[in-house]
Amino acid sequence: MKLTALTDMLRGDAQADRVVPPSGHTAWLTSFTAAAMTFLAVFALALSLAAGRMADRWGDALARSATIRISAPTGQIDQQTRAVLDVLATTPGISSARAMDDAEQRALLEPWFGPDLPLDALPIPRLIEVTEDSAGYDSEGLRQRLAAEAPGAVLDDHTRWRKPLAVAAGRLRLLGLTSILLIGGAMAAMITLAANASLAANAQVIRVLRLVGARDAFIARAFVRRFTLRATAGSAAGALAGLVGVALLPSADMAGGFLTGLGFQGAGWLWPFLLPPLAAMVAFIATRFAAFRKLKELT
Amino acid sequence: MIAFENVAYSYGGGELLSDVSLRLAPGSFHFLTGPSGAGKSTFLKLCYAELQPTAGRITLFDHDVRSLNRDDVARTRRRMGVVHQDCQFLDHLPLSANVTLPAMVAGRGAEAADMKDLLNWVGLAKLAGALPPQLSGGERQRAALARAVIMSPDVVLADEPTGNLDWEMSLRLLTLLVELNKMGKTILIATHDLNLIRAAKQQVPARVLRIAKRRVQLAGADL
Repeated sequence: MKLTALTDMLRGDAQADRVVPPSGHTAWLTSFTAAAMTFLAVFALALSLAAGRMADRWGDALARSATIRISAPTGQIDQQTRAVLDVLATTPGISSARAMDDAEQRALLEPWFGPDLPLDALPIPRLIEVTEDSAGYDSEGLRQRLAAEAPGAVLDDHTRWRKPLAVAAGRLRLLGLTSILLIGGAMAAMITLAANASLAANAQVIRVLRLVGARDAFIARAFVRRFTLRATAGSAAGALAGLVGVALLPSADMAGGFLTGLGFQGAGWLWPFLLPPLAAMVAFIATRFAAFRKLKELT
Repeated sequence: MIAFENVAYSYGGGELLSDVSLRLAPGSFHFLTGPSGAGKSTFLKLCYAELQPTAGRITLFDHDVRSLNRDDVARTRRRMGVVHQDCQFLDHLPLSANVTLPAMVAGRGAEAADMKDLLNWVGLAKLAGALPPQLSGGERQRAALARAVIMSPDVVLADEPTGNLDWEMSLRLLTLLVELNKMGKTILIATHDLNLIRAAKQQVPARVLRIAKRRVQLAGADL
């Protein structure tokens, strides 16, 4: 495809635009399709970005922390706790480690057992919160040292929790991006259908233009420009509506849960503004392809 | 300019034109006559490359039509002015825009003064803003002639240009075509109106071709 085709389209030619009569339903269909598809694309984009943020957040938060659980007879708990803290203090890659006190452990258990939990009477394991530094630690080596120094200590580096969460978030992000691609494809298909309908409806106009010496590029340009401008305008309206819709979603503080943060943050609000130019490009390519193919059929 | 060599054209299994050989020299004036359905319009369509011959060779301005791509065909048509039987206007554009259409599609743009002169020449200056459906048959034919010559073509092809006109209007249109021929244009008119041919022969040395039995022959002395 020649770059001049794009520049000619952008520059426009008022006279050339007039050779195609004003059309009714195809104009409405193109604008509406572009608006609806872009509206959906804004939400797919918001979903994809939110999933990305969620994956990063879960990954970062869980990847840099670990828990050591010490289950031992009551008389050995304090001794093994000290042994574990000593081991952690000399383990490369550990930034900090601290044993959770009774109040913190009670707070963790409270949602399940209620506020009157007799912690002293129950054989509750001691929990040690471990934070690693940027270099990270050798989890297998640490497990072996803990087994030797504190037999009741079990290292939980959150791998079994983190992996499925990260995979789920990653797939959600992929789903969002796939949706955007499908929306783009569907928009291209519908604009192609509308362009074909318009070309077929104007078969006589095209015939006259060919008879007086019009090249295919001239005729195609009149249709391509019209459809591209309609798609761009429709897409801009759809993007604006989508942005308003996302902005009106409940905030994280109000709703919480899975949908927390579904929306745009910071520079992310600029992403939807790329959708109308993308829609214009899709319309330009789809209409140009349809126009040249149809012109060969019609004349 | 336009040359046919052993050209045949078949349509729907039957041969409409067979073994046609002729040459339209620059500045010549030809009539093409024959009964309805004999193939006059088909012959003209072969001349402006809307149809391709099924056999033989057609040369337009020294180029074999089979070697022309779609852009070449468009450029070749800009060197020809065609007056179609049904005029072929864009009904949503005013007469002035229809007349200047060949210049517009060629990217030239007609000067307003040229367009005015042209409409004056065909007697339609006052109807420049009218839409084609608002014009009478004679006005449409004259407008079609104005559009055909706006690019100053080398050849003017006219398909039954007086088919829907009264005798007075037919003579007026013929006068315009004779004027063009005197300016050096090659003219080919397909018509079944023998009176028109006789009237023309009084003004220019026109040759008359007749389609009979699928072949194109030079007409006899009666014409």
